[in-house]
Formats: sequence, structure tokens, C-alpha cells
Amino acid sequence: MDLGILVTIFDSALRLSIPLLAACLAGLWSERSGVVDIGLEGKMLVAAFAGAAGAYAFGSAWAGLLVGIVASVAIGLVHGFASISQRGNQIVSGVAINMLAAGLTAIVGNAWYGQGGRTPPLEGDQRFGSVLFGHSALVYMVLLAVPVTWFVLGRTRFGLRLRAVGENPAAVDTAGISVTGLRYTAVIIAGVLCGLAGAYLSIGQAAGFLPNMTAGRGFIALAALIFAKWRAWPALGACFLFGLLDASANQLQGLSLPGIGEVPVQAIQALPYLMTVILLAGVIGKAIPPRAAGLPYVKER
Amino acid sequence: MSAPLDLPKWADTVLVPAISVVAAFLVAGLVVLAIGENPLTATRYLLQGSLGTGEGLGFTLFYMTDFIFVGLAVAVAYHAGLFNIGGEGQATLAGLGIALVLNNLTFLPGFLLIPLGILGAAAFGAAWAAVPGYLQAKRGSHIVITTIMFNWLASVLIVYLLVNVLREPQSMNPETRAFPDQSHIPFMHDVLAAFGVEIPASQLNLTLVLALAASYFVWLLIYRSRLGYAIRVVGSNPTAAVYAGISPARIIVIAMVLSGALAGGLAVNELMGYQHRLLLEFTSGYGFVGIAVALMGRAHPVGIILASLLFGILYQGGAELAFEQPAITRDMVVVIGGIIILFAGALDGLFRRFVAHLFTRQKLARA
Repeated sequence: MDLGILVTIFDSALRLSIPLLAACLAGLWSERSGVVDIGLEGKMLVAAFAGAAGAYAFGSAWAGLLVGIVASVAIGLVHGFASISQRGNQIVSGVAINMLAAGLTAIVGNAWYGQGGRTPPLEGDQRFGSVLFGHSALVYMVLLAVPVTWFVLGRTRFGLRLRAVGENPAAVDTAGISVTGLRYTAVIIAGVLCGLAGAYLSIGQAAGFLPNMTAGRGFIALAALIFAKWRAWPALGACFLFGLLDASANQLQGLSLPGIGEVPVQAIQALPYLMTVILLAGVIGKAIPPRAAGLPYVKER
Repeated sequence: MSAPLDLPKWADTVLVPAISVVAAFLVAGLVVLAIGENPLTATRYLLQGSLGTGEGLGFTLFYMTDFIFVGLAVAVAYHAGLFNIGGEGQATLAGLGIALVLNNLTFLPGFLLIPLGILGAAAFGAAWAAVPGYLQAKRGSHIVITTIMFNWLASVLIVYLLVNVLREPQSMNPETRAFPDQSHIPFMHDVLAAFGVEIPASQLNLTLVLALAASYFVWLLIYRSRLGYAIRVVGSNPTAAVYAGISPARIIVIAMVLSGALAGGLAVNELMGYQHRLLLEFTSGYGFVGIAVALMGRAHPVGIILASLLFGILYQGGAELAFEQPAITRDMVVVIGGIIILFAGALDGLFRRFVAHLFTRQKLARA
């Protein structure tokens, strides 16, 4: 393989890892505060649709991004209301959000544009153009979110409190800090990041929304989150690794490796899921989630 | 799930789910209004298409059969305190089991081949659920995450097998060759015609009887057997289970095996009863509908049958509705499913408090 192919693979790996990274960081914020979020997929999908619809309506990619973020945060708040205020089952709420998003985007898209759920194709200013090295501003915003997440969670008073809420909410409550407030903040931040992820798909990478265009990326992001053991820099590594697998799957198609023979594309596609299962089984290392993740906080307990 | 509020049993098991479902339909009606259609007309088309004709009713019951199986699958795991969202993957693997049995034992007569096919479905579905169950029981891997990953693994695996291994060489479609004729589960209209009863032709087949039998079996198992008692103890208090001499690890694996086997029923109905070949994406997201069905039916077989009938009506009626009012596509059913999961599952406490509030007011008024 010559340098040209390597650069191509690196470039497409970066492109493919950006939505994963944004969604993964969203999950990181949410779960670090103790709110399990398997609705990443749904929020991304809603943001992708709202983003494309907004960009089309206002003729501006930035307006689209804003609309996408607002939609994603709104869905996130539904999850927050169910899991924080109503102390409902967070997994059930996540499943509901994924179904709602899949159905609503298709039905509203069909009702508005009558193109089988697609938005009209976006062009010119309705999309994010490249600003540096052929990548759009969204790519750099998402990359910047990694050090910001690392710094805020690890080096600030707010971050310390937020992590504490995910480990031992009773202690935070005793210190006179609102558990509910911190968790809602985390859920909103997660909504913003999912908004970036979804908008990147429909107005950065593609030129418009397609039904179910997230295609399971929210779940790969979830896998990456476990892989990164709920930390920001490893999240970047895990997402880039999964992006690299995706990119090389396209390149390796039909290629025969010495000693192994032809590698089926599906084997590479299966790797993120398989590696997550193996990691969770504790065969290589151990992935321990935040202690209070998934548990509603009951004050008087 | 512990009930923090004191409610009469009938209110808890019937009234609360009923109110949350009604609320879900009201919200769905708002969605229909928002896209500029009339919810009442839509409801009329929906009911007419699903219950108004004999053919429609047949299709409704066909979908109901699917949902009973996936609903029971979620429910059995739920009683053991496990959230099995891997129904899609388990049913997919069950389909593989069916194809392997039926297309390799073509020489067998139907009365042997059909039970073997059903066993193949149950065994493959159970095996695909047993691994996450084992990992949860022995290694502490969270069942929700592993079953999600297993769903994706199943979908990748089935694509690989259908494209590269099981596909007929001369066929362009990623599907197996047709199952042998004697392995088809008879259609209900053919069975009844043999007894001189004429009903309109539909996809409805004898798997419905199997689904009802499975519901009765699950009821016996959960509420009338020693194993079911152990499952419920582990589900409500694993620590107490250990003191009672029950091994939670063993029960978790058993519950997941049963759950996966039940999810396999979806493949039996779809493939042996109707499609008569293994093809991609035959599960159509029904595994997730099973979650809605189980939550709505309070994980009780009777509730699950009723909830399955409701979703059968929605799916069949939704197809007819999409035909009459093209703006309301079948995705509407997915939306309704999502809202029901949200209301009957995650926001359960909200509706429970609402009902409890009504009851206390009534009591105060009487006093």
C-alpha cells in the first residue's frame, strides 16, 4: 500500500468517526451524570432530520445546525423528564425514544416533502463546505469537544460535581447541590452533542436527510463509550478505531490477506460489536460504568 | 417493579395501563392532526381495514401471532429482572435454525419436519439469548448492552450467510431456496376449508394456535411452577433468592434461554407459516414491538394477548390506512409503539400517581 491509499483511508476514517465521536461524547456526559442513554441513535436521527429541514427552510447550514440541536435537546429533555423527574426506567425510555425518532422523522418527512421521507437535496450554503484540509467546520467543532469534555469533566468544580452525581448522588445531595439540576444539565449537553452528530450526517457528510440514515451509529457510539471506559480521550481513540474499521472495510472488500484468505466485509463490520461484548465480559481489561448509572435518585433513601 | 403507592389490584393491573394507552393514542392523534389529517377518519379506516373484513381480520391475527411470541419473550426475561432487547437478533437466528433444518432434511415427512423446524427455531433463538444471559450471570456484563450488540451481530451474520453461503447460485436475491412443501405450516383458510368452513384467504396460519399454547405454557410456568417462582424471586430480590437456596446465575441463564426460544416463534410464524424461505429483515423491527406489548400487558400472558391484538390491529389497519390516506404511512404504528413504551413503561409512575390521586379524592369525598 502506498502513501496515497493510507491518506485516503485516514481521511475517510476521520469522516466516518466524527458522528460516532459526537454521539459517544453525548453518551459520556449523560452516563457520567448517572443517566443511561441508549437513545443516542434516536436523538441523532431527529437532529439529522430537523437539521436538514432547517437548512432547507432557512437556506443556511448554520441555521440547520441550530434547528437540529434544538430538536435533539427537546427529545433529550423527554428522556430527562422520564428518567430524572419521573424516576422511570432509563432503558425503557431510551428504547421508546429510538422508536419515536424512527417513526416521527419518516412520517413528518413524508408529510412535508412527499419524497418517501427524504428532505429535498441541499446545495450551496445549505450545506457545510470545507474550511480546512477538506473538512467542514463541524468536524473541528466535534474534535474540539474532546479536550473541552476532558477539561470540564476532569478539571473543573462543575465537572467534579457532575461525575460525583453519577457515582454517589446521595453525597452530592448532602453537600446541598441539586442532583436533578446537574443531571438535567448533562442531558442537555448530551442533546447538543447528538445534535452535532445528526447535523453532520445530513448537512455535512450527505446533502439531505434519508429515512433511518443513522443506521445504527448511535449503538456503535455506545460500544465506543464502553470501549473508552467513559473517558474523553479514549473515546476519541475508540471512535477513530471504529471509523478506521469502517473505512478499511470498503478498501479491503475482495482483498485477500496472506494466511487468512479473503476477508468478508461483514467480519470487519462485526468487529466493534464483538470487541464490545468481549470487553464487557472482562476477558481483556474491565469496563466499569459509573456506579449510579441507570439508577433514579430517590432523596429520602 | 415495586409499587410505591397503594392501589387496588384491578386499578394497578388494568386501569393504569389502560389510561396510559389512551393517553398514547391521544398523543398519536395530535401527530395525525399536526400533519394535517383527520384523526377520526384515520381511526375509522384503521378499524375498518383491520376488523371490518374477514381478510383484514386474518391479517390482524397473523400479526398478533408475531407479537404474542416477542411479547412473551420480553415478559419471561422481565420476570427474572432482565431486560431482553435482543428479540430481533434471537428471531433472526431462529430463522437461520429453521432454514438449516428444513432445507437439509427435505426427505422427512411433514409431521416430523414441522416439529423439527419449530425446535430448530427455538434452539437457535435460545442459543443466541443464552450467551448474553451467561455473560450477565457469570461475568456481570450488562444484558441490555450485550443483547443490543447481539442484535447487530445477528444482522451482520445473516447478511453474510445469505449473500455468500445460503443463497441459491442462480438467484440474485439474498434468500434461501424455498422450504420443501411438506414443511409449510398450513394456512388457516385451508385448514378450515377441510372442515367445510369457508373463510377469506390470508397469511394467518396454525402458528396462532402455537402462540396461544405458548401463552398458556408461560402462564403455567411463571405463576404455577417452582421454576417460575424462582424466576420471580430472582427478579424481585436476587439477595433473597440466594438465601432461599436459589442460584440467581442459573435462573438468569434459564430465563434467557426460554426468552430466546419464545422469540423464535416470530420466525416460525413469518417463515414456516408465510414466506416459506429465509430472507433478510423478516423480523421488521417486531422484536422492539415486543417490548411495548410486554410493558402494556404487564408481563402477564392475558395482557400480552390483548396488547398483541391491539398491535395486530394497528399493523394491519395501518397498512390499509396508508393506502387510503398516503400521508399517514405505516411509520405511524412505530410512533404509536414508541409512545406506548414511553407512557406504559418509562412514565408509568406518572399515570400511577394520577390514578392514586383520583382514588384518595374519592375516599376523602366519601368520608
